Amino acid sequence: MTTAGRWLIEKVNSGLVRGFLLVVGLFWLVPTIGLLISSLRSPEDLSASGWWTVFGKPSQLTFDSYRKLLENGDITDSLVNTVLITVPATLLVVFIGSLAGYAFAWMEFPGRDWWFLAVVGLLVVPVQVALIPIAELFGKIGLFGSVFGVVLFHVGFGLPFAVFLLRNFFAEIPRELLEAARLDGAGELRLFFRVVMPLGGPAIASLAIFQFLWVWNDMLVALVFTNADSQPITVALQTQVRQFGNNIDVLAPGAFISMVIPLAVFFAFQRQFVSGVMAGAVK
Amino acid sequence: MRRSVTGTRKTVAALFLLPALVLLGALVVYPIGYSVVRSFYDRSGDGFAGVDNYKALFTDAGIRTALKNNVIWVVFAPTVATALGLIFAVLTERVRWGTAFKLVVFMPMAISMLAAGIIFRLVYDQDPDKGVANAVWVGVHDTFVQASAFPKAHPGRDSPLTAHNGGYLTKATVSTGTPVALPLVGVAPDQMPDGAKKAVRAAPDPGRITGTTWQDFTRGKGVGTLGAPDPTELGYAGMRIEAVKDGKVVAATTAADDGTFTLPAAADGARLRLPASNFEEPYNGLDWLGPSLVTPAIIGSYIWMWAGFAMVLIAAGLAGVPRELLEAARVDGANEWQVFRRVTVPLLAPVLAVVTVTLMINVLKVFDLVFIIAPGSSQDDANVLALELYRKGFSENQPGIASAIAVFLLLLVIPVMWFNVRRLRREVRR
Repeated sequence: MTTAGRWLIEKVNSGLVRGFLLVVGLFWLVPTIGLLISSLRSPEDLSASGWWTVFGKPSQLTFDSYRKLLENGDITDSLVNTVLITVPATLLVVFIGSLAGYAFAWMEFPGRDWWFLAVVGLLVVPVQVALIPIAELFGKIGLFGSVFGVVLFHVGFGLPFAVFLLRNFFAEIPRELLEAARLDGAGELRLFFRVVMPLGGPAIASLAIFQFLWVWNDMLVALVFTNADSQPITVALQTQVRQFGNNIDVLAPGAFISMVIPLAVFFAFQRQFVSGVMAGAVK
Repeated sequence: MRRSVTGTRKTVAALFLLPALVLLGALVVYPIGYSVVRSFYDRSGDGFAGVDNYKALFTDAGIRTALKNNVIWVVFAPTVATALGLIFAVLTERVRWGTAFKLVVFMPMAISMLAAGIIFRLVYDQDPDKGVANAVWVGVHDTFVQASAFPKAHPGRDSPLTAHNGGYLTKATVSTGTPVALPLVGVAPDQMPDGAKKAVRAAPDPGRITGTTWQDFTRGKGVGTLGAPDPTELGYAGMRIEAVKDGKVVAATTAADDGTFTLPAAADGARLRLPASNFEEPYNGLDWLGPSLVTPAIIGSYIWMWAGFAMVLIAAGLAGVPRELLEAARVDGANEWQVFRRVTVPLLAPVLAVVTVTLMINVLKVFDLVFIIAPGSSQDDANVLALELYRKGFSENQPGIASAIAVFLLLLVIPVMWFNVRRLRREVRR
């Protein structure tokens, strides 16, 4: 084939590739844009026409739905609950997981590797398995419906991944560093807090982001274990879905508000998120 | 084997491990045992039920639908998501804005399934004036199939027309030289065709059939002059008119913007028909969330969420593929497709397997998307095991059967559990 012919084929091919990716990109963006625009329209406009009509009539856009939503006590309370559930569930998993990960990586005790493998085996256990037993258990000990109960549940199911990820990361810490610290007279706790935790930063960040998003976005666990006073935003919105159609002015801004924090975390910590996803490809 | 640097006492190790092991024991291990035991007991939990609850897995209509749908999910969702991820990962390497593209496709992973569910509930709205899926679908459909313009039109008072097979037929035959009037009523003003002009009385033509078809209704004044076009009345632009003799169409035409039409002399003595195609309801698109499409539609939303996951993992694998291998194949004269098929895909096989298996486990647990997207009317048709477990356990008060479903789900993931442990055993032994 002539050089010119090859050049032409390459041009056409790269044009096709670009066109294809552009269309796919639109496919991925349009649903979210639809939600965003829907959240910025009045109920009257929502029932009268499609969200894409704003491109011809931008004057439709209004923050009224958001204003009304944020005046709704149920919604703001549930946002607070989401934070009250997510932050402790993340911190506890990171802390407890680090303790265990360090022990599995650097301490010696009988059956260490078997204990660790047992924890790894729990990685794929579906949360569904625990819903009924834990609901009954929490019912007996009075944790049912409480924020603390949901936090505990998330910590339990976050731990296998946390221990797995952190043990592997801590095991890579150079022995000399730990020995040097030890020679300087550092005790067990000091070694853990001053050497291991700081060196584990990247893995801890990945874990924290992963766990944060997982708990923030959870609906099923909260649906089972919370009540009207302790429900997070996902559950509060879920109760609205049953009347889907005439309450898009609540659902669309509500869904968007619930997405803002995860998206901000996602964009701010992309790299850590991706490495967490890679490590968690077995979950 | 690594040796402890700290000369740890066993009690210290135990203290470090205790919180994690207690929580795992109470919240993960204990429930597994409890579920297994509970699955052999009846509804109240007092009577031993043997394998009755497991029998229900295969006899209960709801669970059977859920099983069937789970099979569809497990077969299609992971494979399509992985295939798309592979295609995206390979193609994004060839454009400069590949990173931006990856960001867009990966983004849905950060949001909740609830939010994704609401997003797609909007996308799949049946009304083409609200749901973007049907808006696009109807747009494409109407480009290829002529939309009918007058779904609500019907004869008014003292009309010369009579109903016939969904359309309308003149009561009398027509003849050349005498203009025909075909008045109808009932089309809302904003539903009139955009090109419609003021209706005019057709001029008589001795050699042809002429006439007018129009909306014989003047707002506020009733019909105006009954059976004759008034100045404010609009012609039925585009109305199809057929001349019928002995049941056969001998001539056909379409009305002009002012409602006038002409037919050749061959139509002399025929009766004129406004065929049913003029009056069909407009095409309203697909019932995405109806019983037959609801599962594929929800799988579509799942793929929207998870194709990015597959793409990112595969792209990372791709970065590890030695470029020289691809170049060598190209130098040997392989075209891009052959390079992809014979070199890239085999080298990526381990990554593709990990991604597919991960997604399969994930798909087994899918709950939120089905719970949110499937409307009450078709939720039974969209049912999956995780949803059925929730229903049986928490709204139908059937903890025995729900536990059996839980144990069944657990059995399905045990091979993967075993695989993970084996892979790691080799690593920790190193």
